[in-house]
Amino acid sequence: MKMSPMDQFAVKSIGPEWHLSHRYFTLAFTNQALWMALVVGVASIFMLAAASNPKLVPGRLQSMAELSYEFVTNMIRQAAGDDGLIFFPFVFTIFVFVLFSNFFGLLPGAFTVTSQIAVTFALACLVFVVVIVTGFAKHGLGFLKLFVPHVPWYIIWLLVPIEVLSFFIRPLTLSVRLFANMLAGHTMLKVFAGFVIMLGGAGGALAVLSLAPMFMIVAVSALEMLVAFLQAYVFAILTCIYLNEALHLHEQH
Amino acid sequence: MDVAAAKLIGAGLACFALAGAGIGIGNVFGSYLSGALRNPGAAASQYPNLLIGFALCEATGLFGFAIAMIVLYAF
Repeated sequence: MKMSPMDQFAVKSIGPEWHLSHRYFTLAFTNQALWMALVVGVASIFMLAAASNPKLVPGRLQSMAELSYEFVTNMIRQAAGDDGLIFFPFVFTIFVFVLFSNFFGLLPGAFTVTSQIAVTFALACLVFVVVIVTGFAKHGLGFLKLFVPHVPWYIIWLLVPIEVLSFFIRPLTLSVRLFANMLAGHTMLKVFAGFVIMLGGAGGALAVLSLAPMFMIVAVSALEMLVAFLQAYVFAILTCIYLNEALHLHEQH
Repeated sequence: MDVAAAKLIGAGLACFALAGAGIGIGNVFGSYLSGALRNPGAAASQYPNLLIGFALCEATGLFGFAIAMIVLYAF
């Protein structure tokens, strides 16, 4: 049975399936759905438990929730200004979902929800749609002035297509950044795990040598925890920056 | 040349993107360090920009990795 490092990303059905008449459309409860439900459940329980029975001098759980609240609020205020705070629930939900999904993927035997391009592309498209709707709602057709910065006439005809292209590629880069980071990290972990098995199975002196890939797995796991937090932070702060562009088109502070 | 061999060669070629990622990330952190050593008081205020710059740079390298995966597994 040949196992490959990419087997961990297979989406398997683990529960009731609902086949529609069209033979390519099946709704099933998959392992991805299970882990997404776990992420949302644990995040909700954490926040609800922290906010129930609040004290003026917070206990540990409450102060963790308050820390994350203040972190995201400061991020929004810094990147999008005070009128960006209306988007706090949106950005906070995205940040917590991506953060918890990334971290849950580091548990042994877990399925990383954000290592699926379907999930990250859906989140990125959501951000993109919110940005466009905000821009048109606030500025009407003047939102299109976003693509025409204040530059001399001889640069504008070159710059506007570049601006338009870089605007529309945002869902793609936002999703692929998160997806590729998670994919690369977990693939690396599985490759080193494969080395441990191969060296351990070789027997004799090579079995002792299998400790080296084991240390690499520990080191790469530590790196992956950093990357998990960093990618969640970058997704959230890029959301804030795009919302800032939609709210205040090209104003300088 | 059959498709499987071409896939492997293509995936290997796509990894050249990571050289750019390495240069870029080194550039970002090096600039931050040299700026922070000149003006330590302003270093903390630019820390978020450091993280954003690092992630955007890493993303470009990982686009190459994503293309390698597409070439290997989606063709």
